[in-house]
Amino acid sequence: MLETLVQTLINGIVVGSIYAMVALGYTMVYGILGIINFAHGEVMMIGAMVAMTVATLLLKAGLPVLLVLILAAIAAMVVCMILSYTIEKVAYRPLRNAPKLAPLITAIGVSFLLQSIAQLVWGLEHFPFPELLPSKRIILFGDVGITMREIVIVIVSLIMMTGLLTLVNKTKLGRAMRATSENVGVTGLMGVNPNKVISATFMIGAALAAIAGILYAMNAGGKVHFFMGFMPGMKAFIAAVLGGIGNIPGAVVGGLALGLAEALGAGYISSEYQDVFAFVVLVVVLIFRPSGLLGQRTADRA
Amino acid sequence: MNKLLKKMDPKESMIGFLIALALLLAMPFIAKAVGGTTWVRIVDMTLLYIMLAMGLNIVVGFAGLLDLGYIAFYAVGAYMVALLSSSHLSDNFEWAKNAFPTGLHVPLWVIVPLGAALAALAGIMLGTPILKLRGDYLALVTLGFGEIIRIFMNNLGKNDFNLTNGPRGINRIDPVTVFGYPLDKTIEIGGYKLTKEFLYYYLFLILAAATVFVCYRLQKSRLGRAWMALREDDIAAKAMGINVRNIKLLAFSLGATFGGIAGGMFASFQGFVSPESFTYMESIVILAMVVLGGMGHIPGVVLGAVIMYFLPEFLRFTVEPMQKAMFGKVLLDTAILRQMLLGLAMILIMLYRPKGLWPTPTREDKKDVVSTDKTANTPA
Repeated sequence: MLETLVQTLINGIVVGSIYAMVALGYTMVYGILGIINFAHGEVMMIGAMVAMTVATLLLKAGLPVLLVLILAAIAAMVVCMILSYTIEKVAYRPLRNAPKLAPLITAIGVSFLLQSIAQLVWGLEHFPFPELLPSKRIILFGDVGITMREIVIVIVSLIMMTGLLTLVNKTKLGRAMRATSENVGVTGLMGVNPNKVISATFMIGAALAAIAGILYAMNAGGKVHFFMGFMPGMKAFIAAVLGGIGNIPGAVVGGLALGLAEALGAGYISSEYQDVFAFVVLVVVLIFRPSGLLGQRTADRA
Repeated sequence: MNKLLKKMDPKESMIGFLIALALLLAMPFIAKAVGGTTWVRIVDMTLLYIMLAMGLNIVVGFAGLLDLGYIAFYAVGAYMVALLSSSHLSDNFEWAKNAFPTGLHVPLWVIVPLGAALAALAGIMLGTPILKLRGDYLALVTLGFGEIIRIFMNNLGKNDFNLTNGPRGINRIDPVTVFGYPLDKTIEIGGYKLTKEFLYYYLFLILAAATVFVCYRLQKSRLGRAWMALREDDIAAKAMGINVRNIKLLAFSLGATFGGIAGGMFASFQGFVSPESFTYMESIVILAMVVLGGMGHIPGVVLGAVIMYFLPEFLRFTVEPMQKAMFGKVLLDTAILRQMLLGLAMILIMLYRPKGLWPTPTREDKKDVVSTDKTANTPA
């Protein structure tokens, strides 16, 4: 009984830390521009696809596994950053002063476009993601175990999140980002180029999404396909809302909480309705605490 | 539109109306002559999608509430008809077997109002918990609602409680029966066979025309004006004494009603429903119809629905042979190309024509009104 619980919690934390990484991308963009970047899940998918392609090719060339992993991750990050930069510039920037509905609709359009491009490039198949991390299971006690891969997932996401927090709180760029999220116009008057800051935000989010995509692909049965970004993207957004959108530690807390809630729900209620839990969590949070777990109460959020 | 007609010579407008009516009535024959029965089916489905787009237009276009799970109402209507007019319930439930040994076979006159009512109820169920939400949150919750409905349809097909038959779907749904005459029978007039598709065309045409008519009346009504006030500024609307909660719920439930009726018609037309037909993609396609045509403008939305529904068929008939001729094989699959064009269209429309292809005529478009307010109408 206890063993099942602990195992469920471990699985929840692993999935949750991936959600948290994707949620950071949503929450940063939302914090600054106040829009949902619907295409973020697709950016994550593209990252996983690129990493899969690069890794498969390099493994065939006979490079050592660790080097392949690093190169694949870098390739995925670069592609995703360029992609995200372009998306922001083409689809969101011209609409910055338009009604809120407009960028939301372009965002949906972009996500459709990315999916169709992925179908065009990679086809409709489900590709196996090469095994780059050892999946040997370490038994902790009784029947409870954790794989090396899962440990790496949690550690990588921890490093990423701490790095991001340091970046936002300690560096000059971080200060500019915080200022932009307060008020884009005034930030411009203060000698900061808000367009550059916003581009940087999108690119940082994209880099995180690329890493998250790789980790997600390795964790979720090791398969990648063109539609893999949709559900985790949705859930990461829910995680960001749960934690308090616009709030960076909130995204981490929300991601972990959602991962745990989902694992517990799937383990103890029903695994078939796993995807339903996330949406139920979303509705409940929005009704009772629209500013999320860590968010401040504002008059006009939800 | 009404004003436009009034301005025209009454005789002229009468002629125009008669021509349009004749064209609409002759449409299935034209379609059959052009591309055979498949094309008649396409025309039929276009009419259903016009109904769906009209319903979503109430929510998105009139009231300004972005609904990304609209297909759920279509699904509710379709599944209700599937359960009420096939033998599925009797085959799977003891109580239903005792009550209706050959299965429930409810006539059209009961199904349409019932489907509308059930979908409206679903609309209120969705609307109630999320009344306070706006914009993007609302979009996400409605998306979740659509997904939840689909997940339930997929999973409520287990042996102990087989309500929806899971991913296999429900088949052998009765055709619509009008005055005791089932519409899937072929009528033969003077050697010309009027197949099921023709008969359904006229039924759908009546329903779609009724939908468009109701939408026109709604738009002009007190409620319609209240929705537009809500869309433009909800705080100001509230200050004007509009009961925002009630009109939001009415938008959701009325929008859902049309979705429910269209869903019911779809189920009896196809004779088969499965969760496959009610994906997120479909919701977005309907949204694209509304956005592309011109949010809130009824003729625009009808145009959007026609374009969006004909696009893949058009691609199938033009791009595929073209590719075959140029490269010897099909490089770009039609489904992928359609999705790509859909995504591109949504981006480009929002960037360059945010009011849609055929937007609501504004003051400045009418030459006899001297406009002083130039800023209100400049595209963003």
